[in-house]
Amino acid sequence: MAKRDRLSGNEAVAEALRQINPDVMPAFPITPSTEIPQYFSKYCADGKVDTEFIPVESEHSAMSAAIGAESAGARTVSATSSAGMAYMWEELYLASANRLPLALALVNRALSGPININCDHSDSMGARDAGWIQLYAETNQEAYDNMVQAYRIAEHKDVRLPIMICQDGFITSHAVQNIMLMDDAEVKGFVGEYEPEHSLLKDTMAVGPYSVSNYYMEARRAQMEALRNAKAVVKAVGEEFGELTGRKYGWFEEYCMEDAEVAIVIIGSAAGTAKDAVDRLRKEGKKVGLIKVRMFRPFPGTEIAEALKNVKAVGLMDRTESFNDCCGPLGAEVTAALFRAKKQCEMINWVYGLGGRDVRVEDIEKVFADLYDAVENGTNDTYRYLGVRE
Amino acid sequence: MKNIVEIRWHGRGGQGAKTAALLLADVAFQTGKYVQGFPEYGPERMGAPITAYNRISENDIRVHSNIYEPDYVVVVDESLLETVDVTAGLKKEGAVIVNTEKNKEDIIPLLGGYEGRVYVIDARAISIAALGRYFPNSPMLAAIVNVSGVMDRETFMNEMRGSYAHKFASKPEVIEGNMKALEMAFDQVH
Repeated sequence: MAKRDRLSGNEAVAEALRQINPDVMPAFPITPSTEIPQYFSKYCADGKVDTEFIPVESEHSAMSAAIGAESAGARTVSATSSAGMAYMWEELYLASANRLPLALALVNRALSGPININCDHSDSMGARDAGWIQLYAETNQEAYDNMVQAYRIAEHKDVRLPIMICQDGFITSHAVQNIMLMDDAEVKGFVGEYEPEHSLLKDTMAVGPYSVSNYYMEARRAQMEALRNAKAVVKAVGEEFGELTGRKYGWFEEYCMEDAEVAIVIIGSAAGTAKDAVDRLRKEGKKVGLIKVRMFRPFPGTEIAEALKNVKAVGLMDRTESFNDCCGPLGAEVTAALFRAKKQCEMINWVYGLGGRDVRVEDIEKVFADLYDAVENGTNDTYRYLGVRE
Repeated sequence: MKNIVEIRWHGRGGQGAKTAALLLADVAFQTGKYVQGFPEYGPERMGAPITAYNRISENDIRVHSNIYEPDYVVVVDESLLETVDVTAGLKKEGAVIVNTEKNKEDIIPLLGGYEGRVYVIDARAISIAALGRYFPNSPMLAAIVNVSGVMDRETFMNEMRGSYAHKFASKPEVIEGNMKALEMAFDQVH
């Protein structure tokens, strides 16, 4: 039986991890993800899980220990944010290249500087090419649900890649909100036992090998194939999860897209705020819609282009700055996908919400108003900042 | 009760405004509502002004922004009236509650011409009398529940007893003091 509860996003992820009972958790605290290892280490101390908690001295060591544990065949998790992830950088690539299906609970926070503890997506978006699967959450519920699904995706034999379960720092991580929790037994049944095909403790396996030029490219190509396979697995696991809980997940969510003339594409908590904006404008008779991207890696470009095929204008919403002077990461992906699909429409890329800058329903209404204006009059101003003082 | 009630808390780091917002979310949840309780973090230090928020609704809450046009404002620290525009955006039909030993008449001129209802409560005196120490968050919580009417007194007290039993599991001796603070505050907010 599902249980109605109220938890913050960090509590929700810690609760999912208690139910999953992974074998090893190495972690180092950093705001706003600190509470996840904090709550979880209490579960360890209280004997509610039999996880080996490793209090390491840095995030570099956290991910190194995670790689070691996962190589030994242990189901492993860590948690971090912002500069903590930056300090894991080298190891992120090793985890994916060594095909280690560990999970990282990432609580999105701005990278310095100026130093800032609040939400944007610069940490995980910077790591988008590290070969990890990335899932994002709008709510505490989605953060919990994604965590429960994480190992089913990552450990799948066609995938075997690390997975990043992202949620917005403070906005969902520290906000208490209603949530439906699954039974412990239901979670355990869904996740299942980890039985790696190979591991250091079971048989033999090469971890961290050197590869000459004659082989490196084939290794990378094989890794790409695994990430490509993740796409179907994410969908299948999301559907199975939906049958179990009534909450079905895919690569992205379409909200009021059936007849939308103008739409935005957005990631994370601001999607909820944007849905309220869509509802307000729909009441005024405006045909607006929204696509919320759940899976950013691998990127479901073809399908998103298909979902946008009838719109006259699209707003691409990036919660990070790429410093390329033309677009953010989501903007680049969707623009390229539309171009490949030979779909032409007005496209405006907004940077919003950096360093926790609040996003209001009115801000998103302004985005839609600007998109309608672009439909009417066209625009060359295709890279904008939302709500910035200049 | 309206379909959605929005509350903004103003306090200083260390006074428990965030805890009070989370407790309010907790008790409202227990009565079957959809809730949000969240802090807005500035510099993380004791004494710095902090803001916390509550949404309490009959329906699922999707918006994740701060609250700019609250129905109610709770001021946990009177000294904030000098530096923070606590009634900014506060609805006229709503109310503000200030923790102060002063009379209402002395507080009203400090509220930037706010035209709605103004309530005062001496949370310090209540806390000292009930707990022997100054923890303003329990009295302020009872005050906002009374003024906003988000739930009735009996339900609130019952739910809070349960919450405290959980929160203070390792020091049950403080539960009665906190319950007394709630009762006193419920009566004395005016």
